[in-house]
Amino acid sequence: MMPLPWIMVFFPWAGALLLLALPRLRAAAAMNIGCAAISFLLAIALFTVPHGEQGWTRIDALNLPFLLLASFVALTTSIFSAATLAAEGFDHWRIRAYHGAFQVFLGAQYLALLSDNLGVLWVAIEIATLASVLMVAVHRTPAAMEAAWKFFMLCGFGIALALFGTILLYSAAQALLDAESGLSWAALRRVAARCDADTLNLAFVFLLVGYGTKAGLVPLHSWLPDAHAEGPIAISAVLSGLLLNAAMLAILRAKAIVGAHPDTLAVGPFLMALGLASVLLASLALWRRRDARRFFGWSSIEHMGIAAFAFGVGGPAATLAGLLHMIGHSLVKSAIFFGIGRAVQQKGSQKLAGISGLVASDPWLGWGLALAIGAIAGLPPFLLFASEYGVLNAAMAAQPWLSVALALGLVLAMTALIHTLQALCFGSATPDLALAGHGLAVLLPLWLHLAVALLLGLAMPALFSSFLKAAAGMIG
Amino acid sequence: MSFGQLPYDLAHLLGGAVLLLSFVLLYQRRISAVINAFATQGALLALAAAWQGYVQGATGLYVTAAIAFGAKAVLIPYALHRLVRRFNLQRGVDPALGIGASMIAGVALAGFALLVVLPATAGQRALAREDLALALSVVLLGGLMMITRRNLISQVIGLLSLENGLILAAVGVAGMPLVMELSTAALVLMLAVIAGVFALQMGESFQSLDTESLDTHRGEGE
Amino acid sequence: MSGGFADTLISLVTQVLHLALILALAPVLTGCVRWLKARLMGRRGPHPLQPWRDLLKLLRKRPVLAENASAISRAAPYVALAAAVLAAALVPSFARGMVLAPFADLLLIAGLLALSRFAMALAGMDVGTAFGGIGATREMTFAALAEPVLVLAALIFAILAGTTNLDVIIGIFQEGALGLRVSLGFAAVALLAVAVAENARIPVDNPATHLELTMVHEAMILEASGRHLALWDFQASLRLTLWLALLAAVFLPFGMAAPGAGPIAWVIGLLVFIAKMAALAFALAVFESAIAKMRVFRVPEFLGAALLLGLLGAVFLFVSTGLS
Repeated sequence: MMPLPWIMVFFPWAGALLLLALPRLRAAAAMNIGCAAISFLLAIALFTVPHGEQGWTRIDALNLPFLLLASFVALTTSIFSAATLAAEGFDHWRIRAYHGAFQVFLGAQYLALLSDNLGVLWVAIEIATLASVLMVAVHRTPAAMEAAWKFFMLCGFGIALALFGTILLYSAAQALLDAESGLSWAALRRVAARCDADTLNLAFVFLLVGYGTKAGLVPLHSWLPDAHAEGPIAISAVLSGLLLNAAMLAILRAKAIVGAHPDTLAVGPFLMALGLASVLLASLALWRRRDARRFFGWSSIEHMGIAAFAFGVGGPAATLAGLLHMIGHSLVKSAIFFGIGRAVQQKGSQKLAGISGLVASDPWLGWGLALAIGAIAGLPPFLLFASEYGVLNAAMAAQPWLSVALALGLVLAMTALIHTLQALCFGSATPDLALAGHGLAVLLPLWLHLAVALLLGLAMPALFSSFLKAAAGMIG
Repeated sequence: MSFGQLPYDLAHLLGGAVLLLSFVLLYQRRISAVINAFATQGALLALAAAWQGYVQGATGLYVTAAIAFGAKAVLIPYALHRLVRRFNLQRGVDPALGIGASMIAGVALAGFALLVVLPATAGQRALAREDLALALSVVLLGGLMMITRRNLISQVIGLLSLENGLILAAVGVAGMPLVMELSTAALVLMLAVIAGVFALQMGESFQSLDTESLDTHRGEGE
Repeated sequence: MSGGFADTLISLVTQVLHLALILALAPVLTGCVRWLKARLMGRRGPHPLQPWRDLLKLLRKRPVLAENASAISRAAPYVALAAAVLAAALVPSFARGMVLAPFADLLLIAGLLALSRFAMALAGMDVGTAFGGIGATREMTFAALAEPVLVLAALIFAILAGTTNLDVIIGIFQEGALGLRVSLGFAAVALLAVAVAENARIPVDNPATHLELTMVHEAMILEASGRHLALWDFQASLRLTLWLALLAAVFLPFGMAAPGAGPIAWVIGLLVFIAKMAALAFALAVFESAIAKMRVFRVPEFLGAALLLGLLGAVFLFVSTGLS
């Protein structure tokens, strides 16, 4: 019997093989939901597995919450996707390719979260890139092709740098490792304190820039808005909800190794610099966007920047806030994309100017989207308010001046988001297209995500918070 | 190992030759010449990997070398040549930055790689250090090529030669685990890129990728 | 004292033999390259001794000078040839330890080559014809990039060997203690590129053409005739021999007789030298047959690449020796 974490990885891939064989839309979509649901159950079952390594995977307090989150978002996204895919008008080849790529992507995400071996982690992120490029390009319009190409090229460059960083990391620890432990994270972390500090620093810079590309951190962020604007809208939800988190966790794993050495340069300044740059650039860029999906893509850059900044500040409190922020962002951002997806279909336009007065035309959708955008802007009582407050609080103590800049970026972004919120949800309604279906399959995931974000914001379950506290202590 | 010993010298020289070919790639103006230079680089990389396999006594590296040779020196150049001929792609590389300027930038990047890697890896053996510096130079030059060329094939070759640098780094670190697996995985990515180019050409016929042409699709040309 | 005297005598004999060898060999080498190229292209080609015959014929003829030619036109061939002969005397062929060895500084050789090029450019411009002027300006443009490469190569050798003296450098390389170096590889490629440009070979220039738009070297000596033309041609042959000898001596230093060695070592050195030159001539002929001449505007790029390569080699060496 395979260890449970391995099943978690291989099950979606087996599902992908099946889905590649299914030409019919309804059957494939149902199957997709089924696979995602079983993965979700598997993720819950993983909480029973004792922490530690199983070959090339590991289970610990850091990846379990994110695994649960990823499989939850995957499940709701597959429901959303089933409801909206009919409108895309795919032929059967695209249906196969889309669903197959979706499950391959999920498997790779779980692998990236679970992997203990840094080589395997790299391969997982690479597979995720391939699968997501395929999904972004599935429409094959020139715009989709260009977005996919840019995604491919930039992320190819990014993960190449990450591999170089991995090689450097190994070359630093090479003399201290025995043959079997290889690129194991646990083993590297054990010997890190005795490695050469300068090499570790260099390796971290490469890993940060490399995986930072996938996490959408400035300066290699420019693929992100393009990729979010193309492909079926479910893709935007999983890109923001899953992919960015997996890349960020890879950075955190690298940080934990390098941070285990007492003499390394503090890795914090690098993370803070990239994070702050991301927040500031995105908060300005948000004011100039006209495309709804691109707008929220930029918002993802901003939130990844906040999380990176929090990890850069370091210490248990800031790290905990950063982790919470990633979780909150995943939940709320995918909820927004669900709402936007429905709105785009309803209004027949992806431009911000073409969507208005959603509350009037569909109250459930309009209020849901309004709440979600308010949540992403950091308004109480959702989880993101708590986490942003935590980040600012910790930053204020450690880096008063930088936190002023961060706060400025947050306020700018918040006003841009509120501005868009008003334009999208209130005001006079633009004419609707007649839509098939009542949209329950869209509204249910949307409100479900909001409810979870609210719950986590108001009263975090003790089990969950104890995990996150342990994780924050682990990364430092 | 240090200077004056054959294992070191030859490994070093092969690494240098791979870097030299990176400069040749930057220097060429015609697509077919770029592809040929890339094939040569792949062959040299295979030699370097095989030599490291011999020096380190690692059999796995021979496989890496064989894969590198088969794919990088034969298969991919052949596919790219066919691609160029079949779709009659533009024959020039269409540089966004002049050849001379990109060569200067290339030398600057190589110097940067040296200055970054050598001090930071002071604790290690000389071979690994200089090999890492050479490999990083190849990686950065590949990146430079991706940035400074508008032509689709040139961008792909930039990425491919960047990946050559990674393999050079991986085989240079003695005892690196998973080299074969990682290089194969990277190769899959590269093959996917080329397949992507094929797909692009089948569907749409845009031949050069310019960030400006993206703006029109983005719908926010400002 | 007598030992010192004997050493001096030996080194003097070496020097004389070397100079005689180079002077005799130079036109033959040019002839060989031409003959090889012709054979490679499927022609029978002129006899390898043909350049010697041409030289002897031309030397008997009186030069015809333009009406407005100044003293420069008369003096330039002699200055250029003298500089080239002196430079050729400094680059060892079959043995080290020649009497001029202490002066065989790479920078001096570069200077002498520059001097002969300068004389040629002046001669090209003296009469005031358009072609001469074009040739001279192009030559100087190329030289501005080519000369620094030689100097950079000298820098690389100096970092490795601790001196710019060619004789000492070759001695150190001969021992092989330095091993193969990436920087040396870069320097070799850069020097090869410069050698091609300096000797007006394809792809930079075509030594066999008088096509107005492309010629560089031939344009400058278009006005020369008779004895002067013989001197120019001889000088060009000498430069080619010198460059090949330089490349052979630095990068293929094996087989060369040590200072003060006897005639047997000389004979071995001579045979090895001739073999090396033949191999280089063959490589040159193959190279020239295989590729096309590049556009004149591309040449600065080509030489600039060589310069950057030399720079890279120097930086590489500088950083790695500075840190180890």
